[in-house]
Amino acid sequence: MKADAKGVLTGDHYLDGDKACAEGAIAAGCRFLAGYPITPSTEVAERIAERFPLVDGFFIQMEDEIASMAAIIGASWTGVKSMTVTSGPGFSLMMENIGLGAMLETPCVVVNVQRGGPSTGLPTLPGQADMMQARWGSHGDYEIIALCPNSPQECFDLVITAFNLSEKYRVPVMFMMDECVGHMTEKVVIPTADKIEVEYRKITDKKPGDYLPYEYGDDLVPDMVKAGDGYFFHVTGLTHDEKGYPVMDWKTQEKCVHHLIDKINKNADDIILLEEENMDKAEVVVISYGITSRVALRAIQMAEESGLKNLGRLRLLTVWPFPEKRIRDLAKKVKAFVVPEMNYGQMVLEVERCAAGQCETILVPHGGGTVHQPETIFKAIQEAYK
Amino acid sequence: MKETMEKVKEAPKKKIKPSKEPEIQEHPLESWLRMDRIPHIWCSTCGIGTAVTCFVEALKKTGIDRKDVCVVSGIGCSGRIAGYIKQDSFHTTHGRAVPFAVGLKLANPKLHVVVLSGDGDISSIGGNHLIHTARRNIDITIICINNFIYAMTGGQVAPTTPPTAVATTAPYGSYENPFNLPALVAACGATYVARWTSLHVRRLTNSMAEAMQKKGFSFVEVICPCTTLYARKNKLGSGLDLMKFYHDNSEIVHGADPNDVDIQFQTKIKVGKFVDIDKPSYLDGYNNYMKTRLGDKFKPYGVVDEEEP
Repeated sequence: MKADAKGVLTGDHYLDGDKACAEGAIAAGCRFLAGYPITPSTEVAERIAERFPLVDGFFIQMEDEIASMAAIIGASWTGVKSMTVTSGPGFSLMMENIGLGAMLETPCVVVNVQRGGPSTGLPTLPGQADMMQARWGSHGDYEIIALCPNSPQECFDLVITAFNLSEKYRVPVMFMMDECVGHMTEKVVIPTADKIEVEYRKITDKKPGDYLPYEYGDDLVPDMVKAGDGYFFHVTGLTHDEKGYPVMDWKTQEKCVHHLIDKINKNADDIILLEEENMDKAEVVVISYGITSRVALRAIQMAEESGLKNLGRLRLLTVWPFPEKRIRDLAKKVKAFVVPEMNYGQMVLEVERCAAGQCETILVPHGGGTVHQPETIFKAIQEAYK
Repeated sequence: MKETMEKVKEAPKKKIKPSKEPEIQEHPLESWLRMDRIPHIWCSTCGIGTAVTCFVEALKKTGIDRKDVCVVSGIGCSGRIAGYIKQDSFHTTHGRAVPFAVGLKLANPKLHVVVLSGDGDISSIGGNHLIHTARRNIDITIICINNFIYAMTGGQVAPTTPPTAVATTAPYGSYENPFNLPALVAACGATYVARWTSLHVRRLTNSMAEAMQKKGFSFVEVICPCTTLYARKNKLGSGLDLMKFYHDNSEIVHGADPNDVDIQFQTKIKVGKFVDIDKPSYLDGYNNYMKTRLGDKFKPYGVVDEEEP
C-alpha cells in the first residue's frame, strides 16, 4: 500500500535525525504517540506534537515512560499505528510493557535515541550500550526486531521499515538511534507519497465467533482485529492458548513462547537488512552499525590508503534478529572481523558466537560520550591483517 | 430475610411439564460472560463476582452499544475480571491497566473504556497513572475493587489496609496511613466519584451505569474485603459475616466531603455518590483549545458524527 499523502512532507529538507525520524513515522502512517521527555530523544516528540494536530494524529505526553509504553499498546489495538520515543533511562522503564507488547503480539515502534549509560550517564552525549537491552531487556523468552540508522535520511527511511516490519510481524520494533545520529543535521529527501510503501497488519476476514486471536498459518503471524469491531476478543499477558485465554501449563507455555520466537527467527531472511561492500575477496571485514559505521568508513579509507587490500565492510541495519547465517558464512572465508561499537562489547558477542572460532573477532570498544577516533579502528584493522 | 422467604412460599407454583428432557434456560448473564472460562477463580463469598454481575447489569442499563465497550484489567484477583467478561477485554501488566485504557480511548475516542481492577493495582503500583488520568479528566471509567490487601499473592498489606488490620507482611498489624481513594481522585479532578460495598448491589449497579455515562473521569470504589485472607487473618468470621459487617455499618451519605470518608479498622464507613460535577473532558478540552489556536487547519480529533445529548 502507498503512504497517505496527507502526512508526507515531500521535498528536500535540512533536518536532524530526531526530526527526520518524526517525519518518517508520520509518513509510515503513525497517528498515535505517547512519550515522556528525555534527552536526546525529545525532538522527536516535539516535532510530532507540532505536526499531529494537523494530520489527525494524537500526541500525549504521559506521566512516565511506563505509561507511554502501555498507552501505545492500547492504542495499537484500535488499529492505529503507534509509537513511543525515549532514551536509556526511559528505555529501562519501558521494558515491562515491551514484554507485554511481545506477548500480546502488538505492532508498535519504540525509538531509543541512545546516550551514554549506565543510569543517568551522559544525557547529552552518545552511546550504543543499549543494544543487548533492546534484545533481552524484558523478562522471559521472546524475539524482537531492532533496526539501526546511521544518518538523518536513514532515520526517515528506516523508521518506515520499522513500522512495516512491526505491522507485518505483529511485534514491537526497537528503533535504535544514538545521540549523534539524532542530533546531526543533514539533507533529508522526502519522496512523494506514491513512492513510499507502507504495510498494515492483516485484519481477519473471519466472523465474530469463528475468530481466534492467536490462530496462525504458515507465516506464523495471527490475523488481528480492532477493539470495537464486535469480536469480543480477549488478550492477556499470561501464557495463553489460541483463544487468547490464560492456560497455566507447560504445554501451552511451550507453544505460546516458541511461537513468539519462531515468528521472528523463521522470517529472519525477510527481516534482515545489511549493507555490504567489497565482500567478494574480503580477508578482513569491519562490522559496524549506527554512527560508528560512519567513523569506520574513514578508518577503512585510511587502511586502503596504507595499502591494505581486500577489506570488506558490513553494516547492520537490522541488528535483531542478528544475521547469524551471513556471519557464519563469512567466518568460513575471512581472516578476521573487526567490530567497533560504542560500548564495551555487546554486538561483538554475537559476531564471536557466529564466528565460532573459525576466524578472529576483534572488538574496538568505546565507552561513549563521543565517537571513536578513526585511527583507533584503523589500528585494529592493521592488527587484523597481522 | 423472613419477608423474602414468605414471598417465595406465596409465589405461584410453575407447572412443570412432564418431559424427559427438561428445558434448560439460559442464565441471564450467559451471553455477557465467557462461559467457556467458568467456573471462575474467585473464592466462595468473595464479592468480586458480585461486582462483575453489577457491572454487566449496569452495562445493559446504559444502552451503550456493546461493541463499543472495552474492559481493561491489571493484575491480581480483580485483574482477572477482563478474562470473564465477554467484551473486547485486555488483561495487562500490574498497575498499567489505566495507561493502557488511556491509549485505547485516545486512539479511538468512540470507545467506552472501563478499567476493572484492584486497589493495589490501581492505587499502589498504578497510583501515578491514576492521579494523572484523573487530573487530565480523560473520559474513562475506573471501577476499583478494594479488598484491603494483596489477595492473589497471599494477603499482604496494601495502601488501603485499614490501620491495625493484620496482613502477612504486617504480622503485627498495619501501622501505615491508608489511602482514602475517593478523596485522592476527587482532589485530582475526577468528575464522578462513588463508593459502595459489594452487597449494595442495586446502588452499585446504578452508580456503575452513571459512571459509564458520565463524560469525564469517573471512579467507583467497591468495598469488598478479601473473605479468605483478610477475614481469616483478622478473625472477622466467615466471608459473609465480613460482608454483612460492612453492609450493616455503611452509612449512605450522598455528597459527603470525600475528605471525610476514610476507612478505619472495623468502624462505620461512608458510602454513596460523593462527586458528580461537569467539566470538559480531556478530548473536548483539546479540541476546543486547538480550534482556537489552529483555526480551520485543525479538524477536531475523534469526533463522532452524531452529536451526543
